[in-house]
This record gives sequence, C-alpha cells and structure tokens, in this order.
Amino acid sequence: MPAQVRELRQRIRSVKSTAKITRAQEMIATSRIVKAQHAVAASKPYADQIVAALSALVSHNVGIDHPLLREQPEDLRSAIVVVSSDRGFCGGYNANVIREAEALAQRIREQGREPVLYLVGNKALTWYKFRDREYAESWTGFSDRPDFASAERIGRRVAADFLKSDAEGGVGEIHVVYTEFVSMLTQEVQVRRLIPLEITEREDDGSGPVPPAYEFEPSAKDALDLMLPNYIESRIFHMLLQSAASEHAARRRAMKSATDNANDLIGVYTRLMNQARQAAITQEISEIVGGADALADSGGE
Amino acid sequence: MATLKVGLVSPEREVWSGEAKLVVAQTIEGQLGILPGHAPVLGVLLDGSVVTIEPADGSEKVHAMVGSGFFSIAGDEVSVLAEQAELGAEVDVDEARQALADALAAGGPDTTAERRARARLTAAGVAA
Repeated sequence: MPAQVRELRQRIRSVKSTAKITRAQEMIATSRIVKAQHAVAASKPYADQIVAALSALVSHNVGIDHPLLREQPEDLRSAIVVVSSDRGFCGGYNANVIREAEALAQRIREQGREPVLYLVGNKALTWYKFRDREYAESWTGFSDRPDFASAERIGRRVAADFLKSDAEGGVGEIHVVYTEFVSMLTQEVQVRRLIPLEITEREDDGSGPVPPAYEFEPSAKDALDLMLPNYIESRIFHMLLQSAASEHAARRRAMKSATDNANDLIGVYTRLMNQARQAAITQEISEIVGGADALADSGGE
Repeated sequence: MATLKVGLVSPEREVWSGEAKLVVAQTIEGQLGILPGHAPVLGVLLDGSVVTIEPADGSEKVHAMVGSGFFSIAGDEVSVLAEQAELGAEVDVDEARQALADALAAGGPDTTAERRARARLTAAGVAA
C-alpha cells in the first residue's frame, strides 16, 4: 500500500532529524566534560593550599573559636542547597538530585527541624515553583560553566544566613546536595553538611610533615576571619564544578542512548517500509497476472 | 643560592608558579619582602594590592594584582591565595581605567573597587 509506505518514510525522516540533534548534543556534551574536568583540576591547587593553611592555623590554636564553627542547636531551621542544572536533556540528573534533596528535607522534618531551600540551577527552581513550594533564594545561569564569583555569591548568602538567628530568617546548619563526578559513567548524588564546619583531628602517625610554627600577620583571628569564608566559597566552587562535570556526563549518556534508540527505530521502520513496498509490488504482480489470465481465458475462445 | 618555590593561585586557576629570588606582598599593615629562609608567616593580603615576584632565572619581574586573600610562607615555599588574581601582562588596561573611573564616580566609603582598579593598573605598569 503506497499510503503506508509514505507514512513510514515520513516517520523515518522525522526520527532521522531527531537523531541528528541528539547526536550533536552528545558531541557537545563530550567536549564539555573535558573542559569541566580541566576546570576541576585548575581549582585544585587553591583548594589544597587553603586546606593546608587552615589546618596549620587550627593545629596551632588549640581551643579555636569562630561563629562559623559553632553548632547552633537553638536554631531549628536547616538550609538545603540544591545544585541542579539549568537545562534539561540530561536524563535522570536533576531528578536524582531533587529526590535526594526531598529525602533530606523529610529527614530534617523528622528531627523536628524545618528545611529551608536554596536552589541552584533552573531545573530545581522550576520544580519547586511548579509545586508552589517556598524557597529562600535561587541562583541560575551558570550551572554548565560555574565561575568563582557565583560560588562567592552563594557562599556569602548562606554564611550570612547561618550567622543570623531563626527569628531573623537565619538557619542553624547548611547541607548541600550536589552530584560528584566519579567517572564518565558514574556520577553520585552527595549530601554534605557545609556549615558548621567540622574540625576533624587527623590521626597523627608521625609520617606527615609537621606544620611550621606560623606567625600571623596581622593576627590569627584576622587570618581565620578571612580564611573560613574563603574556604566555604572554595568548597561550594568545588561542588559546583563537580556538578557541572556530572551534568555534562549525564547529558552525554542520555543523548547517546537517545541517538542509539533513534537509530534502532530507523532500522525497524526501514524494514517495515520495505516489507510494505514489497507487499504492494507482489500484490500488483498477482493482480496483473490474474488479470492477464482472466483476459486469456475469456479472449481465447 | 636558595630560591623560593612560589605559587600564585586563584580558585579558578594557577596564575603563576615557579622559582623566585624575592616576593613582595602587601598586608593590611604594610609591605613584606620575602627572601629565602624567611620565618613561617601566614598573612592577610590587602584587598587590591600588587604582589611582585622576582623569578630566579633572572627574567623580568612579575607583577600581579590580587584581591581578597592571604599568603603563607613555610620552608622556602610561598603560596599566595587570592580570590581575584591577575597578572600585569593580562590586564586589559582600557577596561581597568574604565573600572577606576566608575569606582571614582561611584564614590562612597567603599574603596575596594577603586583600590583593585588602581592595583590592576599598577600591575600592568601604567600610571593610574
């Protein structure tokens, strides 16, 4: 039947153009993963140095005290920073992050605390907006290529809110839900408590270098005042970079399977179309043969 | 002669690294020249100042504008960590001049923007 053949041909054409788009998306994502990984590597020296300086500072000041290190059990609001992407086409990436964030919010509620949301990326923002949920703040527009200024904005805001009390709209602790880039194939959603910072005493086995006895210029307190916010911002920057790399990896995988599926569909439709065309030809031949037979039968006499 | 191992890093990248004879940084309390064998110091940088590095191989001095950050000196290793860091050679002079003009026009008590713009121009080697 020619009508059926035409219809199938149309469908193949449409699937082919979809495959072209997803293939292009896949290649773009692949190239961006490499860039995102470079960005992660480039941010490493700073992160390492700040950790080293901070641990030197902490190890020389026993009984160190800073508002950002203090637990605030009297504040019953907990902040959740959700790091999602701005764009879709990345499979379950955003769904996983949001599911984990919701599970965390549930856990916080069970502890008798109130979750407060801080959203990064357009996808989380629209998810919560669509459901008419409240959120404290949102940032969008940099999920696939985060810069330090964005991390700084986020860090300043959450640190400022942490220092406020409940009554002023502050929070008592800050959690971040983001996606860690493990490998090209695996990305894991992580939940981390960012503030209050935890100082963990490392087991000293005597093998590591002893941090030198620093002098502080102008004072240890000033150094700590400056370094702690910087450290928080650098942590957030790290999380944004990891999430960006994960987003591209998730997009690449989603687009690859979309392209594969489209190619499979094209194969199926092509076979169906050939079958339909062949059937039409066979039918025509048998009609002609039948017609000729009928004519020969009637005209032969 | 002993040299200093210097790393000037911003969160986004490593701006400069290598061996140096002398590093000059500015803290809130004043300028600090660092030679090999300096005592361990952890200092807060003046936001919007210039860090000068004299490379050990005798090549031209490196000037860099730094924003909010700090530096640590320990065992002939100097690390300068700044949230904003820009080498003098990379500064877009016209843009920095514009930033300075904007900062001056805005006035107000916050002089960080002005200091940063001036530091960028100084690092680039042009008079502010």
